[in-house]
Amino acid sequence: MPDELNKPEYNIPPELEGTVAITTLDRIYNWGRRYSVWPMFFGLACCAIEMIATAGARFDLARFGMEIMRPSPRQCDLMIVSGTVTKKMIPQVVRLYNQMPEPKYVLSMGACACGGGPFKRGYNVIAGVDKYIPVDVYVPGCPPTPQALLYGLIKIQEKIDKESVKEVRWYQKEEDPGIPVPILGPDLIDLRDFPELLERVTQKEDQA
Amino acid sequence: MNEEIKVLETYEQAVLERFPDWVRVDEREGYQGLLVESANLLPLMSDLRDELGYDLLTSLTGVDYLPEEKMEVVYHLFRSTGGAILEIKVQIPRSNPVVPSLVGLYPGAAFQEREAWDLLGIKFEGHPHLKRILMWEGFSGHPLRKDWQEVFYGDEKKPYEDRWPKGKTKKIEADNPYQENIAYPEGFNPETWIPEPAEFLFKGSIPLEQEEEFDTEKLVVNLGPQHPSTHGVFRMVATLDGETVVDLEPVMGYLHRNHEKIGEKNTFAMNMPYTDRLDYFCSMSNNFGYALAVEKLLGEKYHPPERAQYIRVIMAELTRVLNHFMAIGFFLNDLGAYFTPALYTIKERELILDIFEAVAGSRMMCNYFRFGGVVRDLPQGMEEHIREMAYERLPRQIDELDRYLVENEIVVSRGQGVGVLTPEQAIGLSAAGPVLRASGVPYDIRRADPYSIYDRFDFDVAVRYHGDVYDRFLIRFDEIRQSIRILQQAIDSIPQGEVLANKPAYKFKMPVGEAYGRVEGPKGELGFYVVSDGTDNPWRYHVRAPSFINLTGLRQMCLGEKVADLVAILGSIDIVLGEVDR
Repeated sequence: MPDELNKPEYNIPPELEGTVAITTLDRIYNWGRRYSVWPMFFGLACCAIEMIATAGARFDLARFGMEIMRPSPRQCDLMIVSGTVTKKMIPQVVRLYNQMPEPKYVLSMGACACGGGPFKRGYNVIAGVDKYIPVDVYVPGCPPTPQALLYGLIKIQEKIDKESVKEVRWYQKEEDPGIPVPILGPDLIDLRDFPELLERVTQKEDQA
Repeated sequence: MNEEIKVLETYEQAVLERFPDWVRVDEREGYQGLLVESANLLPLMSDLRDELGYDLLTSLTGVDYLPEEKMEVVYHLFRSTGGAILEIKVQIPRSNPVVPSLVGLYPGAAFQEREAWDLLGIKFEGHPHLKRILMWEGFSGHPLRKDWQEVFYGDEKKPYEDRWPKGKTKKIEADNPYQENIAYPEGFNPETWIPEPAEFLFKGSIPLEQEEEFDTEKLVVNLGPQHPSTHGVFRMVATLDGETVVDLEPVMGYLHRNHEKIGEKNTFAMNMPYTDRLDYFCSMSNNFGYALAVEKLLGEKYHPPERAQYIRVIMAELTRVLNHFMAIGFFLNDLGAYFTPALYTIKERELILDIFEAVAGSRMMCNYFRFGGVVRDLPQGMEEHIREMAYERLPRQIDELDRYLVENEIVVSRGQGVGVLTPEQAIGLSAAGPVLRASGVPYDIRRADPYSIYDRFDFDVAVRYHGDVYDRFLIRFDEIRQSIRILQQAIDSIPQGEVLANKPAYKFKMPVGEAYGRVEGPKGELGFYVVSDGTDNPWRYHVRAPSFINLTGLRQMCLGEKVADLVAILGSIDIVLGEVDR
């Protein structure tokens, strides 16, 4: 039993140290989750290669219990958005996010996923994946080095540490409706903007 | 060598003499090649292919000459036996850009014509599936046209003044009504708008109807864009009869990052780091191709010094070794040997990336080449390090991989006889690089049309003759070995001296004209077609991406194979999506 589980207020007799831990539910719940964050095996662009390099022998993602990369969103806890998100791809990214079971986290890796990066002005590029899905940790860089990605993953673990069973959103009563999947029209149609879009069109017709 | 080039120059003359009524020399300043009327294109090309031996249509693209109200389609032809370029151009009015499709003559034109239609709106009469390829069907406008403006449009060219009005930063999003990179065409009504049906994507040539004799249903299976074996965001829609693939439609564009549109706004020097992100395994080769193209434009003054030439070759060959190592690892991944072989190859990649990091400052995105040389000299001790890699480490590791993998029973039985591409098909489909050479065509640009200082080195063109998945796997071992030979010779004979021909500069005085520079990238012919109008920014900037064009042959390779082999065949082509979609 690692000592990090112990709640500092309780004194454990010396003969039981290392075998017994007195802890809280939150602590053991988060401790179990933080060392088994399974990322999704899902690469978008250049950053995906650095993500694979991180899983390689030199940087060794397995040290953090994250080496089990799952290609199916149904088995993942963490989505690493590794690369440029394009308009053509965003419906799939949102759909994958909706398909992930709770608890789920999103790490936006690289300049493109964080805010468009060098391709921001491109006509097919989304200036940041956070316009569509909620992002927990941003890792800047083009591409971020494996060390930077590891730092971001440690930040995810720290975030997990701070959560409480009572407050986490996946134990709340109201159901999560998911994020509406954007549609590819003449340009990308975000369904959350739909009322506004309709209003604009009708306004224009009125003026005409 | 020179003699051969002379013969080829007379060949261009021969084309002129043969068809004096059809072709004329492009006499614009700085331009080369032959102009032809669109009505005469098909008979001319058919004669060029069958009589004069120009059987390799490597690149096809369009240029929008807005001031002259013209569109131009540019064809780059080569002979598969080697030799210099033959450039054919067709000029058409901008209001009605229609040219005959070359798919019947050169099947390799299929994707490139679709791309030109998608991005420039040039119609190719007679193309069997002229639909969008990088953007989605239903997108409004043709983005590479000069009068098409993207949403975050502010200034015509970089450096953007609108980002720093009166010395303060300004977010470009603020001007847009949705605060996002989205704009809708005039008259767009979301209520009456009908989306394109999903079937449109995979509406292949084979109907999905039941056969009368046997009660078998054909089945459409979709792989990707999120699939661990498609090497990124590639999508294949396969029609199956039982387990046999009867039709396959590659769908791409999920990583279309508007490289060319952005490239036209950048200055010439600014494009160098963007080329890193094309094929993100091989940033050094990409730099090489772009530097060659622009140096052709700039002329003799920017001829790189000797030492820079050697450094370039060393970096390009290290890139090839790195890329093929990764290709081998990922191919084994695709066969089901999940990650263990890849771990071995990633280990070698890390060692080569250490060299790149030392010379360029970055692991992946090196941005190391400059027009007229490289940005800085090798750091102290690096030559020794590379020598040790070339003589000790890399040969040992490739032998080790060879011992583990090449005669592996599963690799052999899943590879041999699967996904065959005959030499004729490979040439017709404009395949390049290992895909072409594994089919028995010994075409390597380093030999066929030598650039830089490749004519000084002693190496063999790797070639295999079966054209199947197994040969495409083996040829990567051969190429690594040849690259190591080049590395050894280069590191032994590298001279001391300058590494940059000119002073470091941000802007260059660009002459008017065009240039096509090509290198033998690890994945095939990587070409850059640059048109300059004399300003700091290129008028047209086109990338002939080997991964993209090699995919033209994917359908041909997959027909008649089992569905489980799709992934192996795709893995053997070795694509990188950054380059496919650009």
